[in-house]
Amino acid sequence: MLQRDYTTSQLDVLEAEAIHIMREVAAEFERPCLLFSGGKDSIVMLRIAEKAFWPAAIPFPLMHVDTGHNFDEVIEFRDRRSQELGARLIVASVQDSIDQGRVVEDTGRRASRNRLQTTTLLDAIEEHEFDAVFGGARRDEEKARAKERVFSFRDDFGQWDPKNQRPELWNLYNSRIRKGEHIRVFPLSNWTELDVWDYIRREGIEIPSIYFAHTRKVFERDGMLLPDSEVVQRGDDEPLFEAVVRYRTVGDMTCTGAVQSTAVTVEEIIEEIAATRITERGATRADDRASEAAMEDRKREGYF
Amino acid sequence: MDILRFATAGSVDDGKSTLIGRLLFDSKAIFEDQLEAVERTSRDRGTEYTDLSLLTDGLRAEREQGITIDVAYRYFATPRRKFIIADTPGHIQYTRNMVTGASTADLAIILIDARKGVLEQSRRHAFLTSLLRVPHLVLAVNKMDLVDYSQERFEEIREEFTAFASKLNVGDLTFIPISALNGDNVVSRSENMPWYNGSSLLHHLENVHIASDRNLVDVRFPVQYVIRPQKANDHAFHDYRGYAGQVAGGVLKPGDEVVHLPSGLNTRIASIDTFDGPVEEAFPPMSVTLRFEDDLDISRGDMIARPNNRPHVAQDLDAMVCWMADGAKLAPRTKLTIKHTTRTARALVRDLHYRLDVNTLHRDEEATSLGLNEIGRVSLRVTQPLFVDDYARNRLTGGFILVDEATNGTVAAGMILEAR
Ligand SMILES: Nc1nc2c(ncn2[C@@H]2O[C@H](COP(=O)(O)OP(=O)(O)O)[C@@H](O)[C@H]2O)c(=O)[nH]1
Ligand SMILES: [Mg+2]
Repeated sequence: MLQRDYTTSQLDVLEAEAIHIMREVAAEFERPCLLFSGGKDSIVMLRIAEKAFWPAAIPFPLMHVDTGHNFDEVIEFRDRRSQELGARLIVASVQDSIDQGRVVEDTGRRASRNRLQTTTLLDAIEEHEFDAVFGGARRDEEKARAKERVFSFRDDFGQWDPKNQRPELWNLYNSRIRKGEHIRVFPLSNWTELDVWDYIRREGIEIPSIYFAHTRKVFERDGMLLPDSEVVQRGDDEPLFEAVVRYRTVGDMTCTGAVQSTAVTVEEIIEEIAATRITERGATRADDRASEAAMEDRKREGYF
Repeated sequence: MDILRFATAGSVDDGKSTLIGRLLFDSKAIFEDQLEAVERTSRDRGTEYTDLSLLTDGLRAEREQGITIDVAYRYFATPRRKFIIADTPGHIQYTRNMVTGASTADLAIILIDARKGVLEQSRRHAFLTSLLRVPHLVLAVNKMDLVDYSQERFEEIREEFTAFASKLNVGDLTFIPISALNGDNVVSRSENMPWYNGSSLLHHLENVHIASDRNLVDVRFPVQYVIRPQKANDHAFHDYRGYAGQVAGGVLKPGDEVVHLPSGLNTRIASIDTFDGPVEEAFPPMSVTLRFEDDLDISRGDMIARPNNRPHVAQDLDAMVCWMADGAKLAPRTKLTIKHTTRTARALVRDLHYRLDVNTLHRDEEATSLGLNEIGRVSLRVTQPLFVDDYARNRLTGGFILVDEATNGTVAAGMILEAR
């Protein structure tokens, strides 16, 4: 008899682990929700959720923290995808937080609503009494994230305490919390950017059009290409020009840069990423450039 | 392409961060902006060389103190494999972090400074690796450049370590002389050590055989979640009832006769379902959904096994535990929550048999409690039967965590030795 080799491919291992994590949350928490931004990581996370509970529907709502500065293509995608799945979509709006005086908007050219999202997110978690919140963050993205647990405990204030994390062993996750506390859950912790793209290709998952090369009016700031938009303040010394670009991450228009690229298929994107020498956040996120510990500081406060 | 998870351990300054930095760098997993940030920080601090350890020490406190506090996970891939590194700190006060990193590792690399040889720490790291049953161990003798690439020195260390390791359960042990700083024998074979005939470290990591490390013999399927679509207008799935979980052992096939625990009732697997369609077999680490031919009362925390190959059904367990709490101690009469596979129950510590000195392996039978980072053998009484195997036979059905009911912290990792 031929001895079969039970080797499992890396995507199958990562998928099985992520499904296990999702089911664990569905079994052990009363009110989970999944943060769905329309970005590629959350799209993959949504596919995993679909798989984890099939043929039943996904047993928790989706939530998007909408800064009001998102790309139209992404918002359209977000709405369509949630509808297809028959999922409930909660939109927590940063504009509402501003209108209610919960946060004060920065002014000036470099103003960004990125940081304000934290308050909106935490308010929404409290309002809906969510006890587990799925996020699409990966450990390969950033060095503070490299230390974060799959089940990441947040106190009453939504804060992360990196020095006091719960040990995580085998595939056992500690879900015990008190009322008012919650757990951020990261099913894609062990995925890399390339894994995400490989998975999108393998599964034939649809993604928003701005991930593919297109012609767009942009201007240059700090070596990044920012889009022409009424929500992005542009100075006279920052002339517009047309370029063929695509996005590696989709965040706020005010702080998400495009990269020059001609990749129009997922295969071409994968080739491009495999050859790339700059990390995804380094290339395109102004919010991480502020300081060495920018991400750690934001995460402590309750950021995604 | 498959995945190899490995943990690295070593004492302070043995070159762990340098080695990881080099593996990441040479496999192009380090990007220009990360390298620039590291170069900038090295310069700001007046360090002459580019300190690759800054790549892995991600927390502010770690960079300030120049030490690794917590487990950091790193990723790189070669055309052959994807690698997940659990970079664990070496100091004795971080034993719990090493235990955590080792719990999921296929392989561990223990670094030794060639000048210093086998230290107390090296023994501790080897012991923890064997306690956690990491199937493959690599002893990387580093800083060979500082001992003139001496074969004699390498052999001396190899002999000393082999003698010690023979007292432990080390499955597969490999010695590699390297210089993490210069890259000798890290990615490719070094010309500075023509006497060494083995593989480079990366070559070894790429080729070590791990597929058979999983338990593919004893069928174990902890039921995690019951799937009932209850879509009123969807006739196809109206009566669907599936039992979802991740296979913890063995190979399951449709038609197989299985036993449900705790009921002890037998049934057959009707189908193994996934979103992508039914599959012909399921084995670790697949996450699947089982349907059975008979309508049994099955819920989360139950176990599916083979009628003639069952786990122990036990409420009394003996286990090695590593205590991980900062404040409270473990002592007889301590009550805790136990989480084992998908089952959660309460546990009472009935007895502490001994505390193990992790450096000398001496058993202190007079010990009355376990404090932070201490390891000992305990007897537990659990409020509900658990379906367990010896940890040595299956890490997933033999491992458990203990949770403090007051703080909700994870306070211990346990490895089952014996069910009573
Ligand atoms: N000469 C030499 N120095 C090394 C080697 N590996 C590491 N070092 C140096 O040893 C010191 C400690 O290394 P580091 O990687 O921070 O050790 P860690 O504490 O184990 O992470 C640094 O100054 C390194 O440059 C080696 O192979 N040869
Ligand atoms: Mg270090």
